[in-house]
Amino acid sequence: MPTFCKTTLACGLRIAAEVDPRGYSASLGYFVRTGARDESDVEAGVSHFLEHMVFKGTARRTAADVNRELDELGGQSNAYTSEEQTVYYATVLPKYQDRIIDLLTDMMRPSLTDADFQTERQVILEEIAKYEDSPPFGAFERAMERYFGPRGLGRRILGTNESITAMTSSVMRDYFSRRYSPENIVLAAAGNVDFDSLVEQATRLTDNWNRLENADAPPPDDPNVFPEGISNEETIETPDASQAYLVRVSSAPKINDPRRYATRLLSTILGDESGSRFFWEMIDTGRAEACAMWPQEFGDCGALFTYLVSHPDELTANRKSIDTLIEQVIRDGVTEDELQRAKNKTLASCIMQSDRPSNRLFGVGNGWQMRGEYLELDEMLDRYRRVTVADIARAANESFASTPTETYALAGALL
Amino acid sequence: MEPADRGGLAGLMCEMIQRGAGPYSSRDIVELQDNLGLDHSAGVSSTLASYGATMPADALSEALSLYAEIIRRPHLPIDQLEDALQVSMQELRAVEDEPTQQVMIRLKQMQYGDLSGRPACGTQDGIEAISIDDVREYFLDWYRPRDAILTIAGRFDWDTVREQCLSLFSDWEGGSKAFPKLDTGKPGYEHISQDSSQTHIGFSFDAAPFRDKDFYCLRAGVGILSDGMSSRLFDRVREQRGLCYTVSASTHSLFDRGAVFGYAGTTPERAQETLDVTLREIQSLGDGIEAAELERLKVRVQSSLIMEQESCASAVASMLSDWFHRGRVVTAREIEEIIESLTVHQVVDYWRTHPPKGFRVVTLGAQPLRITMET
Repeated sequence: MPTFCKTTLACGLRIAAEVDPRGYSASLGYFVRTGARDESDVEAGVSHFLEHMVFKGTARRTAADVNRELDELGGQSNAYTSEEQTVYYATVLPKYQDRIIDLLTDMMRPSLTDADFQTERQVILEEIAKYEDSPPFGAFERAMERYFGPRGLGRRILGTNESITAMTSSVMRDYFSRRYSPENIVLAAAGNVDFDSLVEQATRLTDNWNRLENADAPPPDDPNVFPEGISNEETIETPDASQAYLVRVSSAPKINDPRRYATRLLSTILGDESGSRFFWEMIDTGRAEACAMWPQEFGDCGALFTYLVSHPDELTANRKSIDTLIEQVIRDGVTEDELQRAKNKTLASCIMQSDRPSNRLFGVGNGWQMRGEYLELDEMLDRYRRVTVADIARAANESFASTPTETYALAGALL
Repeated sequence: MEPADRGGLAGLMCEMIQRGAGPYSSRDIVELQDNLGLDHSAGVSSTLASYGATMPADALSEALSLYAEIIRRPHLPIDQLEDALQVSMQELRAVEDEPTQQVMIRLKQMQYGDLSGRPACGTQDGIEAISIDDVREYFLDWYRPRDAILTIAGRFDWDTVREQCLSLFSDWEGGSKAFPKLDTGKPGYEHISQDSSQTHIGFSFDAAPFRDKDFYCLRAGVGILSDGMSSRLFDRVREQRGLCYTVSASTHSLFDRGAVFGYAGTTPERAQETLDVTLREIQSLGDGIEAAELERLKVRVQSSLIMEQESCASAVASMLSDWFHRGRVVTAREIEEIIESLTVHQVVDYWRTHPPKGFRVVTLGAQPLRITMET
């Protein structure tokens, strides 16, 4: 039975761990409460750029040292940036806990040299180009921009070619000083972790974390002007694409809303990749390459995504079918049978994933950082079990009450 | 195994056999999979069609029965053929929109031969030509016990499962059709012209297959080139020069032949340099490796072998691959011992006496590139 342990250090760093001595591994990570939504126009893409720069060396280590050590410790490490968080994590054999904490903690105070900044800028521009080339060719970014506006939650995580080309290392250093303070960070752990050792080591190593330079925030953005490189047309022209892509966004519960479980199950029933209403109507029949629905939960709101990919000639007809399926759910609700099946699928998936500390880490870290809550597995399963058909009906009414915002990527005009 | 003019048939079989089997309709199957909590997948490679699932332990017995029906008694319903063909067409169009996949598909054919290296997604002509007779014939020819493998990993009782498998499969017969003749590929460079944001580069060369006694020397070298952030390709192409976001190389095998496949995606202005640096790094591995590089590889392998014990899905896939390529399961301990025993001298010697050559290169982008070195 795992145990939850937590503490807050004098410097403000919060530590949260789900300790399970049965695990073969220990998963550890720094969850920083900063992401694209916290950026202003001159900082567009800086959280993600900074994520890269964290790997480029510290006062004690060169970039080569960092990379070598990560590989020496097993090479199962990574990082990601979202709208609201930047997360750095690794999974190691328990015997390497001390070494990975030493390394990750050191990395959280990176050198951010100008030379590394210039080289890594090229890599970021390459990454932007990579996503431009693959489906859905920017449709998700545009969909977020159109739904939330081009700033806040609609801010592109990678930034734009323009914002990354124009960015300076001093803008990045100022952003770092403002956002990477210890009270903004959670050190999370899961699996075969020695909690006391973790706390002792973190306390020692973060002793000087409060000594960040004072940095002013950049001037506020002009809400009447679009950021450079951003437009908000409904359709992205993709002349070489064989398929047509549609992304819809509507509202959903936020990250600590108890109604979010009902919305997740609603999405499973309507739009899971297998066995859902969308699946039988659109995928099993070969009418669409992809037709799915899923929610995303943010700190102060949520969004429900519907994604459709099919031949351009059939897109309009397919879209109509999706609308019909949604109307049916609003009108008639879902059956007890469907709900039970969705629960079975979801519960089994939660249970199987919980076997690996590398999966549990995110539940622990996200929960503590974004909700101040620890959710043990059994309690999570019970929350799903308690969802009723009436809850699903309420979730459907809330999410489908207003017309969704639509964004297309296709060659030529929509028929 | 598919006829030359039925490209996509093997992939279509994957779709069709799940559309009703034994006492279950197509919907019954999906409902059962959901209710048992199966995290399931199905797919076709050059050599194998595989069907599998991860599940809570108490679902195993019912899952085995279900899959026995699917594999042995699929309905192959003629009234669902059209839908299944449409699914195949969607997958084909999906590939057309993915430049990386287009490059790697063409590369595989250049490496192994147009037939031996053909992609599972097939071709439009191939798919359009498929009839229900093709489907039934393919099933009768190839969905046979000969060379079939079933692997199971996790919490279960061997005697119970063995009993069940005997009752499900011991009367399963057939599988005498001769394997089709394979062709071979040859070195060369092809460019696919497309107005894309990136230039996509794929490369490959002949290498030891998995069953070769020297495979681990090859694997160690490829690991030094491409595993992890201190690997040569990551460090020298991306980190030091900022040439690309993605660069990698990996080993691959058909049964009797193997290759190393690699990829890099980069913006057009940097594509030539990316290609030059990448090929140079690969060709210079035989000049020498550092003890520290090999040591890091060993730690990585050891770590991942231990941590994989948390995952039945990895175990079951490894066992399947081992059995197919080597005729037996290679235990984690054995792999660890083999890797641990590798020396710098052994690895370098192997790469020196089996230098990468006969490169196949495919690029996709606005402009073709130059192959500037002896390949």
